[in-house]
Amino acid sequence: MKDHLSVECEAILQPKIAARDVQVHYGETHAIKDVSVDIADNTVTAFIGPSGCGKSTFLRCINRMNDTIGICRVRGDIKLDGEDIYDKAVDPVQLRAKVGMVFQKPNPFPKSIYDNVAYGPKIHGLARNKTELDEIVENALRRAALWDEAKDRLNQPGTGLSGGQQQRLCIARAVATAPEVLLMDEPCSALDPIATAQVEELIDELRQNYCVVIVTHSMQQAARVSQRTAFFHLGNLVEFGDTGQVFTNPQDKRTESYITGRIG
Amino acid sequence: MPLIWIFASLLALGAVGYAMGRRRAVAVAGGDARRLHSLPNYYGLNVLLAVLVPSFGVLFAWMLMQPMLIEHSVAAGLPAVTAEHTLVMSDVRRLAEGLKTAIAQGAMSGDDMRALATGDGTIRAALAAVGVALGSEVEPVVLIAAQSYLAKTQTGDVLRTIVVITLAVAGFYWAMGQTNTAFRARNTVERAVLVMLMAAASIAILTTVGIVFSMLFETINFFGQYQIADFFFSTTWSPNFRGNSQLGILPLLWGTLYISIIALLVAVPIGLYAAIYLSEYAAAKTRAIAKPLIEVLAGIPTIVYGLFALVTVGPLLRDYFAQPMGWGESGSSVMTAGLVMGIMLIPFVSSLSDDIINAVPQTLRDGSFGLGATKSETIRQVVLPAALPGIVGAVLLAASRAIGETMIVVLGAGAAARMDLNPFEAMTTVTVKIVSQLTGDTDFAAPETLVAFALGLTLFAITLVLNVIALIIVRTYREHYE
Repeated sequence: MKDHLSVECEAILQPKIAARDVQVHYGETHAIKDVSVDIADNTVTAFIGPSGCGKSTFLRCINRMNDTIGICRVRGDIKLDGEDIYDKAVDPVQLRAKVGMVFQKPNPFPKSIYDNVAYGPKIHGLARNKTELDEIVENALRRAALWDEAKDRLNQPGTGLSGGQQQRLCIARAVATAPEVLLMDEPCSALDPIATAQVEELIDELRQNYCVVIVTHSMQQAARVSQRTAFFHLGNLVEFGDTGQVFTNPQDKRTESYITGRIG
Repeated sequence: MPLIWIFASLLALGAVGYAMGRRRAVAVAGGDARRLHSLPNYYGLNVLLAVLVPSFGVLFAWMLMQPMLIEHSVAAGLPAVTAEHTLVMSDVRRLAEGLKTAIAQGAMSGDDMRALATGDGTIRAALAAVGVALGSEVEPVVLIAAQSYLAKTQTGDVLRTIVVITLAVAGFYWAMGQTNTAFRARNTVERAVLVMLMAAASIAILTTVGIVFSMLFETINFFGQYQIADFFFSTTWSPNFRGNSQLGILPLLWGTLYISIIALLVAVPIGLYAAIYLSEYAAAKTRAIAKPLIEVLAGIPTIVYGLFALVTVGPLLRDYFAQPMGWGESGSSVMTAGLVMGIMLIPFVSSLSDDIINAVPQTLRDGSFGLGATKSETIRQVVLPAALPGIVGAVLLAASRAIGETMIVVLGAGAAARMDLNPFEAMTTVTVKIVSQLTGDTDFAAPETLVAFALGLTLFAITLVLNVIALIIVRTYREHYE
């Protein structure tokens, strides 16, 4: 266990996100127990684990989306660039602009493709004029590998796109607000294999500019896209390490059982 | 056989048919229901339907047709077929009814009835004794016609009973004969149910068509007596039952629109804001209490709102706004009716909008929050646009209510037809005038009465156009958003 920790410290000299002893309660349910994790910048970190293990809940702590749920209480310490995000001085709305999120089901707004992407920049006043906004939208769509397909139909509703395109639109929408961290909550679970492959490729490219955290049910996906993997089980963080090591040489019995298909 | 007995025996035969059909199906299958194509119930229902549907169908058709045919043949026997034709026929009917009652009560026999003679007052006396009052002494032609009317009706009734009962029995035997293991009773019964559902749908549609046509005929009648251009473009409304009326719809339409617009200006913002608060901000507990409380407003009868307008809002507006500002002296005003009607409409807007806003998927809100939008930005830019088609529908529903409202206007805005911009003046609406033209001792041939139908049809056309506009708006936005 000691070896493992030291390996971890080497890998993450300055963690982008540092969580310490995080506890989450949904009413009476203790959903997250003592989770401490360091997430590095410019890396894809995957959260895996069986349903109900708390991986999505923990993800939603990082941009304080859990605040929108009345019965949810979060304790512990989560630091983004050394700053406590649960500090009273932090405005969760501002935080969410910095920590973008992509959801399980593609959820484009009932607006045009352009307005979907321009939504965040407009709210946060990122563009001084229309030309700048056009640029931001184009860049975001290019980054999400959607520009070529969408450039001729920017004024058409985003809901008219295919499922995979919708999910890439949602990624473009998140990218457009210039976040530092991208949280992805099972972004491919509603997509077919081809769309999944496109989104996975995209995730790998996004690593250049962002710290990406992805929750996934598919272990193959975690193995394909992530550099670091965290395994959650019943609200505990069981194991966290380099993806290759977690999948080939798990330290914990539970991780091994899950990966080989005996639990979960 | 009286009608009620026919009904009762048909129903009884149906019930017996159900039980026997069911039993027979089980017997045919040798007691093993699994060998049947359908469940035993369906065989029973099949017999029930075969008994009831044709017999009831013929019964109702007969009941509609018989009086028409008999009247036609009796009327042909009357010598002077004149403009008073309908009056004479109603005399014949009344006399026939009277004679029938007299026979039923035993005051005279059938032979007595046939032997009756006119001119000596015996008929009036005989009928008065059984409680049927005749206005004047019976004329010979009318008596003959009434006797033939009565005879034909009685023959018809007997024939009706025989035909209907025969049909029912025939249906019974036919359906029983069908019952065997291979007969697809379930499919037959389900097809019959489908036909019934279609009949229900067409009744609603046909009734609407019927209403429109009845209004249309009276309206055409009206325009035969009154210039169509004067009705639509005259700015004066002054009906006069001695004739020479001016029946311009414009002042009434103006009043209707003015009051409706004020009502919507009150109801739409308040209702919409209430809906947004309840669905997006209020805690579940608050919502559970507040929503039913708001909906109580919708349950208050409009006449109560009218009283509220008359005794509270009207004098209040007059004493504190209109009089000090020199805008008018009237206790009833467009403003009073508009405000009170607006309050009445709040629950229509809020309750529907609340449901619609709640139906907007949570994932859209999450998406917006996840981009760092505040709650109000999310509501304004994501939730409301997504809910817009439904909200437009709610507003237009409220608008049709406002246009059709009568009691609040009578008590709140008065009954004076006037075209004025001052909202503190008394004005009135189309609906109020429809009521006032049709109440009291009226002559249904005069344009002053018939104008009510023209007004009603115009109102119907306006609400129809409103609904069509609503549909178009909803459809365009739906294409845009979903």
